[in-house]
Amino acid sequence: MYLIISRRSILRKANYFVPLQEIWKITDRMENRSIVSIADYGKEKIQYLLDMAAEFERQPNRTILQGKVVATLFFEPSTRTRLSFETAANRLGARVIGFTDPKVTSSSKGETLKDTIKMVSNYADVIVMRHRLEGAALYASEVTHVPIINAGDGSNLHPSQTMLDLYSIYKTQGTLENLNIYMVGDLKYGRTVHSLLMSMRPYNPTFHFIAPKELEMPEEYKMYCKKEGIKYVEQTDFTEDTIADADILYMTRVQRERFTDLMEYERVKDAYILRADMLGKCRENMKILHPLPRVNEIEQDVDDSPHAYYFQQAQNGLYAREALICSVLGIEP
Amino acid sequence: MEKDIMKSEEKVTTPRPTGRGKGEGPQALLVAAIENGTVIDHIPTNKVFTIASLLELDKCSDQVTIGNNFESGKMGKKGIIKIANRFFSDSEISRIAVVCPNIRFCLIKDYDVVEKKIASLPDMLTNVVHCANPVCITNNEPMKTVFYVTDKEKGIVKCRYCGKEQQIEHIKLV
Ligand SMILES: [Zn+2]
Repeated sequence: MYLIISRRSILRKANYFVPLQEIWKITDRMENRSIVSIADYGKEKIQYLLDMAAEFERQPNRTILQGKVVATLFFEPSTRTRLSFETAANRLGARVIGFTDPKVTSSSKGETLKDTIKMVSNYADVIVMRHRLEGAALYASEVTHVPIINAGDGSNLHPSQTMLDLYSIYKTQGTLENLNIYMVGDLKYGRTVHSLLMSMRPYNPTFHFIAPKELEMPEEYKMYCKKEGIKYVEQTDFTEDTIADADILYMTRVQRERFTDLMEYERVKDAYILRADMLGKCRENMKILHPLPRVNEIEQDVDDSPHAYYFQQAQNGLYAREALICSVLGIEP
Repeated sequence: MEKDIMKSEEKVTTPRPTGRGKGEGPQALLVAAIENGTVIDHIPTNKVFTIASLLELDKCSDQVTIGNNFESGKMGKKGIIKIANRFFSDSEISRIAVVCPNIRFCLIKDYDVVEKKIASLPDMLTNVVHCANPVCITNNEPMKTVFYVTDKEKGIVKCRYCGKEQQIEHIKLV
């Protein structure tokens, strides 16, 4: 009944004629296939998910998850992410259970995360969860045999956002290799830029970090780049000229509450706003991404530009999440 | 994993020159020899009582000798603790390594040192220290903590759950 075999032993036995993707598929069926982080995924696994997302974009409505139950446990509310996951599950024919507000569950009565996860594991085939505490998703994946998809745990990780970012980059550029990726705004607290940075590791990117001093890329990520041999440039100027060589312009929100020095905020708040007149010198293939919601960091007049991609990016989230759900269930599109 | 905790030393010296021998100075008389048990040596003078409390020696009913500020060639001054009839497990020794790496545990049998273990940080610490990150799941759920030791020299550990790297001296023991 039980087949105990490690991924490594399969790799050893696999010889050379089994494509890596096949090995992933085989091993995924036997292990806990939770997706807690994709920061350390290799090219093969990412490509597998990208191809699957593309397949879902071609035909988003299918019945391949008929009879499956997807639980969405939002211990911390996030309407946008939850709707995207629930739409993904519904469009594939699954049924959705869950809660959107921890106040209505017994976790507000002091039930442990472990007990809640154990309870839901009796009902669901996959658990999508968001939690305010860092490491919650990893811990959840250790206490259940049901695969967990991390929909964000504190400021820690948010792999489904990263997956849709990767898919958006791949789709618009035709590749993930050798791209100039410019990250703008709040690089200190923006977890999406941190996850994206780490996930791009295998693709020889060149990063430009454009941020005010107080919100610059944290030292640990610069160390990460150095250790992994990832090229990066830091700058504070955000102008038509400084973004001319970008393939991807990844905008983030500069929030007032992130500043300890409000004078500094007043000084820089308008310096990281993208306007249509700054796009005159940019590359033809350049696309503007933003994890949304935006406030004012991208002017409305940019929306009509062929470079604006943030709304399609959000739509790609549906295909990326369809791919993630199927991947953890070991189901092919 | 646990094997990494200690490196057995090849050369073993015997601490026999204690109390009862001939021609010994007054300092030797201060520390009684034990027949069986453990001698913890080379303790920095400011850590002696921390270690005594971590090992819960206040609850020990066997003979315990705690000495401090002894002259030491290497360290200037050092502390020493002798506990009769007690032998410490590898996990107890790894707890001690967290507060005070490189101290020696000498196992005494029949007045002879039969084994020396140097407390050093293992590659992984399970339920030894608390994570310093207040929004880490480990501080909000009844669960074991797990840390990976990323730099043994500098004493840097990384929480398995929140991923935060931290200096081991600054974090609390479980
Ligand atoms: Zn932690």
